[in-house]
Amino acid sequence: MSGYFAEIFSGTKSLAIGMGITFKYMLKPVVTVQYPYETLKMPERYRGHIELVKDPETGEAKCIVCGMCQRACPSGCITVAGDKREGEKKKVLGKYVLNFTTCSLCGSCVESCKSGAIKFSKEYNLASTRKEDYILDLLQRLKEQR
Amino acid sequence: MSVLAQCDSKETFVLNLGPQHPATHGVLRVKLTMDGEYIRQAEPVLGYIHRMHEKMGENRTWAQFMPNTGRLDYLSALSYNHGYVLAVERAAAIEVPERAEYIRVITVELNRISSHLVWFGAFILDLGGFTPLLYAFDDREIILDLLQAVTGSRLTYCYFRFGGVYNDIEPDFITGTLAFIKRLRARMPMYHNLVTKNIILVKRLKDIGFVPAEMCRKYGATGPVLRGAGVAYDVRRAEPYSVYPELDFDIPTHPEGDSMARYLVRMDEIEQSMRIIEQACTKLPNGPVMAEKAPKIIKPAKGDYYAAVEAARGSFGVRLVSDGTNTPYRLKLRSPSYSNLSLFGEASRGMLLPDALALMGSLDLVIPEIDR
Amino acid sequence: MNPPSEPIRLLAFLIGLIIFAALNAAYLVWLERKVAGHVQRRIGPKEVGPFGLLQPLVDGIKLMTKQILVPDHIDPILFRIAPPLLLIPAVMSFVTIPFSETLVARDINLGLLMIFAFASINVLGILLGGWGSNNKYAVIAAARGVSQNVAYEIPMLITVITMVMITHTLNLNEIVRQQAGGIFNWYIFRWSANPLMLVSFLIFFTCSMAETNRAPFDLGEAESELVAGYHTEYSGMGFGLFFMGEYANIVIGCSLATLLFLGGWQCPFGLWPGVHWFLIKLYLLIFTVILIRWTFPRTTIYGLLNLSWKILIPFALFNLILTGAMLKIWPLIFP
Repeated sequence: MSGYFAEIFSGTKSLAIGMGITFKYMLKPVVTVQYPYETLKMPERYRGHIELVKDPETGEAKCIVCGMCQRACPSGCITVAGDKREGEKKKVLGKYVLNFTTCSLCGSCVESCKSGAIKFSKEYNLASTRKEDYILDLLQRLKEQR
Repeated sequence: MSVLAQCDSKETFVLNLGPQHPATHGVLRVKLTMDGEYIRQAEPVLGYIHRMHEKMGENRTWAQFMPNTGRLDYLSALSYNHGYVLAVERAAAIEVPERAEYIRVITVELNRISSHLVWFGAFILDLGGFTPLLYAFDDREIILDLLQAVTGSRLTYCYFRFGGVYNDIEPDFITGTLAFIKRLRARMPMYHNLVTKNIILVKRLKDIGFVPAEMCRKYGATGPVLRGAGVAYDVRRAEPYSVYPELDFDIPTHPEGDSMARYLVRMDEIEQSMRIIEQACTKLPNGPVMAEKAPKIIKPAKGDYYAAVEAARGSFGVRLVSDGTNTPYRLKLRSPSYSNLSLFGEASRGMLLPDALALMGSLDLVIPEIDR
Repeated sequence: MNPPSEPIRLLAFLIGLIIFAALNAAYLVWLERKVAGHVQRRIGPKEVGPFGLLQPLVDGIKLMTKQILVPDHIDPILFRIAPPLLLIPAVMSFVTIPFSETLVARDINLGLLMIFAFASINVLGILLGGWGSNNKYAVIAAARGVSQNVAYEIPMLITVITMVMITHTLNLNEIVRQQAGGIFNWYIFRWSANPLMLVSFLIFFTCSMAETNRAPFDLGEAESELVAGYHTEYSGMGFGLFFMGEYANIVIGCSLATLLFLGGWQCPFGLWPGVHWFLIKLYLLIFTVILIRWTFPRTTIYGLLNLSWKILIPFALFNLILTGAMLKIWPLIFP
């Protein structure tokens, strides 16, 4: 019988404590970030989709068209092609397309690149209703950056 | 069973719980044969999110399978990274530098805490309490920020590499981690006052949803489910790997085997993980984070290899069969939730629907990991 | 100016009450979302209008313009009759609620009885809605809702009988009038009538939450178990009516608790009684109800029945006997 009353008492007390906690938290300031109005700065190592790195001397892409990234990619979402131009020893990057729909942001491409020609972007506002928006022509993007 | 004996009416009906149902957290379907609100038979139906991870492994190089491991259990991806990396390192006999091992332990344990926090919130959500989920996410957010600064991603990490980790941690990370642990320590009493001691929760979990040790053995259940049945089995101690033998931590067990026991085991595991992280942070040696001799192209010798880790949900095992080429011949993933779910049919027999859902919540299922 | 004739007055009141019920349903949702937001340390609705104040309006328009999907193989009459059956008794109950001494649509002597008569109809709405939708989840929810309502009407009515024994009247306005003159004349603190008045209040409050299917007793719509319970198959305004009915019921439950125990429109210090005091007390109680929802997990059906039959009913009965004894003994000691 005493257990019966003790349980009622302790139970009611636990409920009151719980309500005290939620009430206290209600008066505290909010912790959320109001996203479209406020944004967070992405950390240094944030992995967005990849981007080509510009060579500061020539102003062109650093890429030497070795195709390592294409081979390292687990889902085959990188397509690299180079042109052999007259009078130049090395191949010149002609096409660099990232199919972001299948990319899993694992970083294998960046890791495999020996010339440091690709890096992660800090882009994360990537919502779209069209699939084509995720077939990214990175060479085009690099040109537009200029 | 006594309940079943009482309701021997023939009028049963089949209730399809899922594939879209708020309590199944994903695309699990449970076919329930019900007698009123009592469950006579429960049959989990799987395969709604099967992605052939094991077959994918056979068609990729060893390194290319890495991102897949993070997609098995999206809540504790690093444990799965760890399991696979460990197996390949065993196969290819790669030595991992001490610092990398410590970094692995710190990040994996942080990930375990974040996984348990999500489970905590989602479990209470299953029981109808909304607010603890948001409080848990408040804490988890800090872990995600910390891990994001190190690994670059927030959920499906791909951070470990054969022979080390992708990149070194920064001093900020250690101070941030220790600050977070201090904060979480201060918040734990709040969680216990708000949730654990709440009479409604106690009434819903205590003495309900028994999963005895014998049943766990029968179905191969591991992790908090097994420890909640009083068996102190933890891969970190049973088959030590990484630097866990050098760290001092307990294996929390509760012998009752009911939903409450599993709840308490996970809450205690958060505390233990915090202890592990603190020790690892102080012991963290200097040095490289990547084995110098690690080969670029992995070609393990012919053979059969196995490695297991303690993931947030139990023992995660990776069995590799190598034929000496640069792709695995066979890759078998042993995922804990699959075994943990298997016992649901037997354990839920004769239970009321809300109790069965509490039982299912306390098993901490992550569906993509069950289906793989 | 002469007071308006009775039919005109009544019509004005009825329109006013329907508007009151609709506004309450709309803005209690807003309040609920705001409180939930801040309890969970986020803001809640904020986009539509200042502080999201126009959100209920937009939601209302959305609900009204939505197509009402009627699934196959339902019982067409029961399915359509259920939402109004939940809402209309709730709105009707407002008729006898005295917002202030004069602001009452019908000051009838059987006010309290009438409210309980109407309150027992609304369970029919849940039952028919669940039964008529031809959905297994809805049927389970309907069965739960009925057993819950039956179990909780008993302790609630016993408590009300206790109150009636003390007040000697069923007229709500008269009950409030008896509580005039400061906080210690409120029935919740009237130790002389019954030392366990606070317990009575708690029983009544708990029961009214269970009667209105509010968390932690929201078994009828337990969203993590039964998807949306008895209104799983309802869409558009069918769902909207259920929603309005639910909130109207909360207002009725809290109004009754205010009138019976917290002195209705009386001021705690005995000054300026009026409608404002009633509303303040009412919304404080409603706020408590909302806070409870966002704090506790849900009970189970047997937990709920255990609470009713093992705790609330014995306590309510004990209170009844104690009150009866006090009524007889007190005059003997202090004649």
